Amino acid sequence: MKILVCISNLPDTTTKIKLNSDSKSVDLSGVQWVINPWDELALTRAMELKEKSGGKIEKITVITVGDKIAEPTLRKALAVGADNAVRIDAIASDDYYVAAQIAEYVKKESFDLVMAGIESSDYNGSAVGGMLAEFLEFPSISSVSSVELEGDNFVMKRAIDGGTETVTTSLPAVAIVQKGIAIDPRIPAMRGIMMARKKPLTVEAPADIQAVSEFVNFEMPQPKPPVKMVDAENVGELFRLLHEEAKVL
Amino acid sequence: MIDFEFSEEQIMIQQAARDYAQRELIKDVIERDEKAEFPTEHIKNLAELGFLGMLVDEKWDGGGMDTVSYVLAIEEISKIDASVSVIMSVNNSLVCYGLEKYGNDEQREKYLKPLARGEKIGAFLLSEPEAGSDATKQRTIAEDKGDYYLVNGTKNWITNGNSASTYIVIAHTHPEKGHRGINAFIVEKNSPGISIGPHEKKMGMRSSDTHSVMFTDVKVPKENRIGEDGFGFKFAMKTLEGGRIGIASQALGIASGAFERALQYSQERKAFGTEIFNHQSIAFKLSDMAVKIENARNLCVKAAWLKDQGKPYGTASAMAKQYAADIAMEVTTEAVQILGGYGYVSEYHVERLMREAKLTQIYEGTSEVQKIIISRSLLK
Ligand SMILES: Cc1cc2nc3c(=O)[nH]c(=O)nc-3n(C[C@H](O)[C@H](O)[C@H](O)COP(=O)(O)OP(=O)(O)OC[C@H]3O[C@@H](n4cnc5c(N)ncnc54)[C@H](O)[C@@H]3O)c2cc1C
Repeated sequence: MKILVCISNLPDTTTKIKLNSDSKSVDLSGVQWVINPWDELALTRAMELKEKSGGKIEKITVITVGDKIAEPTLRKALAVGADNAVRIDAIASDDYYVAAQIAEYVKKESFDLVMAGIESSDYNGSAVGGMLAEFLEFPSISSVSSVELEGDNFVMKRAIDGGTETVTTSLPAVAIVQKGIAIDPRIPAMRGIMMARKKPLTVEAPADIQAVSEFVNFEMPQPKPPVKMVDAENVGELFRLLHEEAKVL
Repeated sequence: MIDFEFSEEQIMIQQAARDYAQRELIKDVIERDEKAEFPTEHIKNLAELGFLGMLVDEKWDGGGMDTVSYVLAIEEISKIDASVSVIMSVNNSLVCYGLEKYGNDEQREKYLKPLARGEKIGAFLLSEPEAGSDATKQRTIAEDKGDYYLVNGTKNWITNGNSASTYIVIAHTHPEKGHRGINAFIVEKNSPGISIGPHEKKMGMRSSDTHSVMFTDVKVPKENRIGEDGFGFKFAMKTLEGGRIGIASQALGIASGAFERALQYSQERKAFGTEIFNHQSIAFKLSDMAVKIENARNLCVKAAWLKDQGKPYGTASAMAKQYAADIAMEVTTEAVQILGGYGYVSEYHVERLMREAKLTQIYEGTSEVQKIIISRSLLK
């Protein structure tokens, strides 16, 4: 069996975001790039599944749509343990574009399971996994918090309101994963870092697809106004402020 | 050509060390320090990640990484836990390095491989109750008995003294020849005649185990001598040249760990109506700390780079160690000052870092000894 893990390359989650003067794009100079945390957990789980599958899962591929800046992130995924990496050489202009590009690649290769993070923590689109399944006409399971391989089936658990749902699906399928899928992202070992040097990272030309949306404007959130302290004895004043200034009552 | 960029791989290793330290070591570092408890689980995990033998060639089951990566990794681990980084440093740069560089293939196969995989830990036994800075005054004797050596004597302050399985022991075979009569041996800790003193109660790095080790008629096979007869002193000095890069990086990490905490605190803590960073005397302290750390890092990386290039690095590593250790003491003391009362309690980490910093000025050659090495090199 083969698993494909979709990886998005994004600024470290602690980055202070600055906008460019046109307010249509983010200033990416000096940014430290990382694997999207959800994708990193998906990859970690894929590795765990492969390791305990007794050879049944033969290969884990990671894929990203991005320019050369994304390569260190892919090599990190290789160091963590993926067998090969693919970069579709294009700017990830919107979710539609990314999903469509990955779908074209999946059509050429065959995978039993495609894993995507529930969202990327830069633009938080939450759309690639679902769209990808649509483009491929694969079943998709969303909000997956656990995957096990049982026989030839992937058994997945989803958190639903007040409980857990267990599902299996025909393959190939797309699993859109969230919290719980793996405990901690795997730290690459020296051996993995060394082996990553020799693993294939292929660059594919993008398919002829157009993005369907574009960014018009970004706004930074307003800085938080200073806190007003109200004495515990002075409840009346608290209500007055909530009513007249905060206008929440 | 000068290039101050780290390679992608070096950054990956730095991040791996940082992730492990910030995610795992932080959880129980204070408790282990209080209880003086050896970090058994962490050492096992770090061994699996390959940090215990990261400098050793792949051929001998090591990580095959360069010394610059090693500096970055030790710095990250030491920001959180210098007890763990000293175990890593002794194993990598004193024990594995010496065996890889000066041992023969049989010794490498038998002893280096498990050490490089981190399945076993090593210790380096040079210091004695009466031979510290002046390591030529070895009283431990390894008498040549034909097909084996008979070792008698006492070693002091041995890091990993109890947790190690493999010892590198420095001892005199021909006292009449002075330092040319000294040998280095590989000794298995479970050899009959070895007894281990109690865990020393220390000021800092309390979760690394420091012991004295006594040898009474310990038989060491002839084939366990490293190098030619009389090579031991040179072996020890050469090995320590590289070890200093490890301890320098440890001091750097202790300093930068304390600095990061002080910098963050200074932007959160308010006094006299403003964050204390806005008081110039605090901002200037942080500025001075930042410059010292930057200098220390440059010295460490330069020494590591020279070693990786196969160039002489003895003076550079002495400079790195003396400077980084001395500024670690200064920076951690200032960090405690910036945190005020909070700095003095264990929960905020900086008091522990200050206690840890002190050791870096003492072991693997005191700051004074580094100055001896540096000043001698000035006249060459
Ligand atoms: C926690 C810990 C772990 C250690 N781990 C190890 C280990 O794993 N293996 C090992 O072999 N050793 C180890 N050591 C020993 C350490 O390397 C020695 O303590 C160190 O080399 C200093 O030796 P000393 O304590 O005998 O001090 P001394 O040599 O007696 O020095 C005392 C003071 O005199 C100064 N001094 C000495 N000679 C001169 C001089 N010529 N000019 C100016 N000043 C001088 C010194 O700098 C120092 O300030 C460890 C020590 C400690 C505390």
